[in-house]
Amino acid sequence: MDDRHQDRHQDRHQDRHQDGNALAGPLAEIFSVDVTAALGRCAACGLNGPLASLRVYGQAPGPLVGRCPGCEAVVLRLVRGPEDAWLDLSGTRCLRVPLGG
Amino acid sequence: MNVAAGWRVARLVGVHDETATARTLVLDVPGWPGHLGGQHVDLQLTAEDGYQAQRSYSLAAPAKGDRIELTVQRVPDGEVSPYLTEVLTIGDPIEVRGPVGGWFVWRPADPAPVLLLAGGAGIVPLMAMVRARRAEASRTPFRLIYSLRTPGDLYYGEELRRPGPGDAGADATLLYTRTAPPGSPRPSRRLSTEDVERYGWPPDFEPTCYVCGPTGFVEAAADMLTKLGHDPRRVRTERFGPSGG
Ligand SMILES: Cc1cc2nc3c(=O)[nH]c(=O)nc-3n(C[C@H](O)[C@H](O)[C@H](O)COP(=O)(O)OP(=O)(O)OC[C@H]3O[C@@H](n4cnc5c(N)ncnc54)[C@H](O)[C@@H]3O)c2cc1C
Ligand SMILES: [Zn+2]
Repeated sequence: MDDRHQDRHQDRHQDRHQDGNALAGPLAEIFSVDVTAALGRCAACGLNGPLASLRVYGQAPGPLVGRCPGCEAVVLRLVRGPEDAWLDLSGTRCLRVPLGG
Repeated sequence: MNVAAGWRVARLVGVHDETATARTLVLDVPGWPGHLGGQHVDLQLTAEDGYQAQRSYSLAAPAKGDRIELTVQRVPDGEVSPYLTEVLTIGDPIEVRGPVGGWFVWRPADPAPVLLLAGGAGIVPLMAMVRARRAEASRTPFRLIYSLRTPGDLYYGEELRRPGPGDAGADATLLYTRTAPPGSPRPSRRLSTEDVERYGWPPDFEPTCYVCGPTGFVEAAADMLTKLGHDPRRVRTERFGPSGG
């Protein structure tokens, strides 16, 4: 294992992340369709995948940061206040939302 | 706002210990709308000082009216799981949000064969899919590979050891990583690519693959599927946490 790999490995253990599927409840407060199944394109590396595959740092009801599983760039930020929710999607180039039917 | 998005007060109406460290909770949730296999709920605990903690738990079975089932593995030093498995008592209230999640789900109308790969507690949403298949009298071919440490770590043992007629076409293979039961042809070892090849579906059947368990297990198993030639777009994953497989 080279040093870079080892550092990454340790980082991962230090700031534990959870699964992107855990975004479903917090995002259900904002959207009427499930957005974890939506395909997002990472603005940094172009990787395309469902929001469910993001690495999520933080724990609801606190702030949540979703990082790209390919390059670790921030793809999504969700902050829930007492009266508003703030969703920052500036790390997402576009989002394709399946509408069923 | 989405109906599933609000918090409702549920009540614990039954418990069933699956293993020494895992407990199934039966909750009564007034007005439960029903759900798909693989969906989960968020549970919220509020301390007297107002501090709140939320965690996600998979729905373990199709709903029976307003009753839902979750299976919680106790994580030592965990904030929430020891409370759910040791403290929460029949009759106690708890806040529930859901059902949520639209990606890690099996839809009975989907004709594709299904390959389920479970590591430890990751069996919970996958068992929900097997149970949904039975409840819907679906004939979709299912194969479940369940990797667990020892026979004492088996969840849903009765059902998995003695499948009923409704489970014809849904085959389960139990693979032990530390101690196999006496007489097992396969020695205990970690899940390998050969296991997935032998007990799973070949990639040209184009199965939808669902992988669930501790993060390390999920990443290793998803890599094995890709190595065997399964299209990554048909591999769906859900990670429960750092360890515990
Ligand atoms: C979509 C989704 C569905 C889930 N479904 C289930 C389910 O059906 N059943 C279930 O038991 N859990 C499930 N989980 C995991 C669950 O949400 C919690 O993370 C878990 O119960 C630990 O919470 P805690 O508060 O007890 O531990 P925390 O206080 O969050 O963690 C305490 C310590 O334990 C470690 N840890 C955290 N999670 C785990 C773990 N899973 N195994 C081992 N160590 C861990 C942490 O690194 C930390 O050191 C699911 C998670 C997700 C995202
Ligand atoms: Zn990226």
